[in-house]
Amino acid sequence: MSLTIAQKILQHHIVKGNINVGEIILARVDLAFANDVTAPISIDFLKRIGGKLYDKEKIALIPDHFTPNKDIKSAEQCKIVREFAEQNNIPHYWEVGDVGIEHVLLPEKGLIKPGMLIAGADSHTCTGGALGAFATGVGSTDIGFAFATGMLWFKVPPTIKFIYEGKRGKWVMGKDLILYTIGKIGVSGALYKAMEFTGPAIKNLPMDDRLTMCNMAIEAGGKTAIVEPNDITKQYLNVVGAKEGIFYKSDEDAEYDDIIEIDVSIIEPQIAFPHLPENAKPISEVMKKDIKIDQAFIGSCTNGRLSDLRIAAKILKGRKRDKHVRLIIIPSTPLIYRQALKEGLFDIFLDAGAVISAPTCGPCLGGHMGVLASGEVAISTTNRNFVGRMGSPEAYVYLSNPAIAAASAVLGKIGSPDEL
Amino acid sequence: MKGKVWKFKNNVDTDVIIPARYLNTSDPGELAKHCMEDINLNFAKKVKKGDIIVAEENFGCGSSREHAPISIKASGIACIVAKSFARIFYRNSFNIGLPLFECKETDKIKEGDIIEVNISTGEIKNISTGETFQALPIPPFMQELVNLGGLESYAKKLSKEI
Ligand code: SF4
Repeated sequence: MSLTIAQKILQHHIVKGNINVGEIILARVDLAFANDVTAPISIDFLKRIGGKLYDKEKIALIPDHFTPNKDIKSAEQCKIVREFAEQNNIPHYWEVGDVGIEHVLLPEKGLIKPGMLIAGADSHTCTGGALGAFATGVGSTDIGFAFATGMLWFKVPPTIKFIYEGKRGKWVMGKDLILYTIGKIGVSGALYKAMEFTGPAIKNLPMDDRLTMCNMAIEAGGKTAIVEPNDITKQYLNVVGAKEGIFYKSDEDAEYDDIIEIDVSIIEPQIAFPHLPENAKPISEVMKKDIKIDQAFIGSCTNGRLSDLRIAAKILKGRKRDKHVRLIIIPSTPLIYRQALKEGLFDIFLDAGAVISAPTCGPCLGGHMGVLASGEVAISTTNRNFVGRMGSPEAYVYLSNPAIAAASAVLGKIGSPDEL
Repeated sequence: MKGKVWKFKNNVDTDVIIPARYLNTSDPGELAKHCMEDINLNFAKKVKKGDIIVAEENFGCGSSREHAPISIKASGIACIVAKSFARIFYRNSFNIGLPLFECKETDKIKEGDIIEVNISTGEIKNISTGETFQALPIPPFMQELVNLGGLESYAKKLSKEI
């Protein structure tokens, strides 16, 4: 039987059931993780069913959302996670100072490898597909179940194949490819399905951009996104010191739900208008509209990696933010933070009038470090612009890549680096 | 299950079901107080035990927060009928024993209608209009989860089997 990568990985982990699309299977998971918002419910679940961890090496706890604790209630949530980690001697738990945003931290720690089956109590778990894993977001109860049994139920998804061809234009990043794709298929365009990103433009795409693309699969409703692992994957694994995983490929004659071809050369930097990620428009169209902004945010599990900060620095170098705009920059992990500091990026950011925070999700979900007031407008490198996502339900969030966000901070309105 | 309908549109996301500003607790009663607050201020105040949510496409899209179905279940809602559901919301709901029904004809059901949902056949009767619709039957595994009351009992059962 011919199978897609998604099916092959699931098949490798099956305990009960069969690999036909639509079937519900019980499968072994290689890694189950949760954060400070979702873990307390998982821990509670585990306690209710008897309290034993199946394998503490196969779990991770990442307090990233409201840390350093934003208020008393979130401090209590973090305390539950910390105490649980300490009592159970969990090796993959990181305290403030070591912790970063989960979907950036886990690959960086070498915990995401090709061929793994990964479940995380966070919707952006699909980010891990960039490394050729089957990584999917689930709920807290699911993770509690996986903590206890090492297994989880899955519905075998159909796969949509996306073939990207052509050369990327100036300022066009992985973020733009994925915003364009979501704009094309809509926020439920890949509902319950796996998205396989292939084609010449993906084969050469740097890992950071692949991670950004897979990160936003959920914004199209996708169960996961997968990039076939290749030399770029190998290089990344070497750098982070991960021992190689299993490199799966879809069979030539595997059955796809749909095949969508995308010409990358016609894609401009994309801006997703409020209040859905599917409202993507090319920058040339947006520039004309003169959309004034109050805040620019560069960070999150979508675009807070080193290459994102480098491109922002390239644009901000020798420039200053518009005096009305608050420019917030959050490196996603301590390693990225330190590297950015070493490379002198912090000086460029500070000279530009930015504020730099410790790694945290922070404003991405309207938590802290840059919550929006009513009527305010933000350009953000994050992944969601739902009503109320970054604070007030009457605020407006536009999504973009970091180059556009940096340029917009200088311009005081949404615009392109070419306008500077 | 028989109850009064609360009607919602397309793409109701988890940020409006339960805004992130309330995610610093996971107490069901607390969460229920703010359920749907950013989309319908009356919902949390007026919802009654046994009421039913009816919506259009992609209900529950967005984050994986289980707080969303927890707040809905704790507010008294018996089940949700929608044209389609976001997948993490779908699994979260069944995992906590909140049944969901996929039915393409929800535009024929209005706010305030009284409907009756047959949990085993998926038949939906609109008592207010006399119309009947058919939802997709719940897959056997999900049916088992609902019958057991959620993944907690399933885990206990599984530990005896394996
Ligand atoms: S950065 Fe934003 S999207 Fe990513 S895990 Fe944190 S809250 Fe979620």
